Amino acid sequence: MVEPKVEPMLVAEGVRKSYGSVEVLSGIDLVVMPGQVTCLVGPSGSGKSTFLRCVNHLESIDGGRLAVNGQLVGYREEKGRLHELKEREACRNRACVGMVFQNFNLFQHMSALENIIEAPQRVLKLSKEEAINSARELLAMVGLSTRGDSLPSQLSGGQQQRVAIARALAMKPKLMLFDEATSALDPELVGEVLSAMRALAASGMSMVVVTHEMGFAREAADEMVFMDAGLIVERGSPDQVLDNPQHARTKAFLTKACRPYCRL
Amino acid sequence: MPEDRPAHELPPIPARYPGRRVASVIVLLIAAQVLISVITNPRFKWDIVGEYLFSDIILSGVRLTIGLTLIAQLLGIVVGVGLAVMRLSPNHTVARCAWVYLWFFRGTPLLVQLIFWYNISALYPKFTIGLPFLEPFVSFNANALITPLAVAILGLGLNEGAYMAEIVRGGILGVDSGQSQAAKALGMTHSQTLRRIVLPQALRLILPPSGNQTILMLKTTSLVSILALADLLYSAQSIYTRTFQTIPLLIVVSLWYITITSVLTVGQTILEQKLSNGSSRQAPPQMLRWLLSGIVRPRRNQRLDQKKLESTDG
Repeated sequence: MVEPKVEPMLVAEGVRKSYGSVEVLSGIDLVVMPGQVTCLVGPSGSGKSTFLRCVNHLESIDGGRLAVNGQLVGYREEKGRLHELKEREACRNRACVGMVFQNFNLFQHMSALENIIEAPQRVLKLSKEEAINSARELLAMVGLSTRGDSLPSQLSGGQQQRVAIARALAMKPKLMLFDEATSALDPELVGEVLSAMRALAASGMSMVVVTHEMGFAREAADEMVFMDAGLIVERGSPDQVLDNPQHARTKAFLTKACRPYCRL
Repeated sequence: MPEDRPAHELPPIPARYPGRRVASVIVLLIAAQVLISVITNPRFKWDIVGEYLFSDIILSGVRLTIGLTLIAQLLGIVVGVGLAVMRLSPNHTVARCAWVYLWFFRGTPLLVQLIFWYNISALYPKFTIGLPFLEPFVSFNANALITPLAVAILGLGLNEGAYMAEIVRGGILGVDSGQSQAAKALGMTHSQTLRRIVLPQALRLILPPSGNQTILMLKTTSLVSILALADLLYSAQSIYTRTFQTIPLLIVVSLWYITITSVLTVGQTILEQKLSNGSSRQAPPQMLRWLLSGIVRPRRNQRLDQKKLESTDG
């Protein structure tokens, strides 16, 4: 490709985060290019989810820099020092990053359609008609065009997660974060969510995906990153990391946790 | 018919509890005895109860009691929501001020608070609006402003606010934190999240204890009879101090309180049913049907289940 100069979608430089005396992230460096899918894997407590939550400033960071689409998230820089933004400004600046949670977190008192149109109306100030139109397209995209009026409690876990994906996409994000999006689903329902995510990746969305689904990672990821104890231990193409892990910690994790997938 | 089938294909026979039947009979006998004595004892003077039940003075007392209950409870809810939001505020000064309010109003008896408000003009003869250390902008005479009715509304409402604050706070904390996380991740502000996402869901948790508080408030309003406000109790008292028919008039009062409480209970049930959509939890059963079914046919459900089973089998 001879594109002149592509700005990265996400740049993390030496990101640090502590809860009290416990350091959860001890300097994370990560670059995600536009349209790239990066899968974060690693044991529980390795800081994968915390890192995602730092990317859209649901958590503040204690050191380093995080920029999405060339813009700092939740902070502004003055004389080389970061200043945390006020909540209101941070909200505006967070809206360009979509997030999908492990437990779906659909608004329980709203129908699927209402879930999707809420933020575009309140945050992007779209009219109700515009919001509904784009919500219907998104519902069709995730294969739920007939379930717009259903409440979350009337949907299966897989359907709820697909609504949650549509809800995040309604904000027209530049970057999508998936925090173990299939971990709360039973095995039968994992597939429908993964195929929605695969379609999204194929459409050119930049994604950071925390997952234990090694099959998905191998198929959809451009880069695979293995984290342990708040550090990136190993990175590379999925085939490289899954089939030929270099680091002992990666090897131990992959053989123990994901044996069925590694034989794929 | 089930008899045609071999025994192992028939549904299991439910266990019998003869002890329960005996207990039902005993309880019903006692209840009947109490009822008969209440009806036949001439000293209850049911004719006088009937005479005063719908008298003008009692009815005006009922009106004041209902009005006072609704206004004071409304004030309590408004104050309570405000205090609950303050207590959950990231601003520690604000949160602690709300805590001090709760500490004071829950820590002193309502009766004392009412008398205190009644005598507030002794403490502050004038009410002024202004800033500390500056000349006031406006001032009012306390005696003109603080009528017994105002004392009653303020006293009941502000005290109620302290209790409602805890109920509302409990409701807000009861909403899964993932809900506000999701709203935040979508770029919604703190106040949008609270108004659009958290409070509507907290409402379902807040409603049952609020119904409780409203019923409690109905009966607590009888305290205002010490302020010489002609509520239901005070109206009855004003009659029986003249006629010495204390018992019949207290029965009149009780009948009215019970009636209003029943209406409030029905209202609460209807509201809860309306709010129950969006949750998988069932709305409370209809009380009257439950009461009757419990007495008339204690094992109706079991029998129904059995019948259903048989009909689907056959």
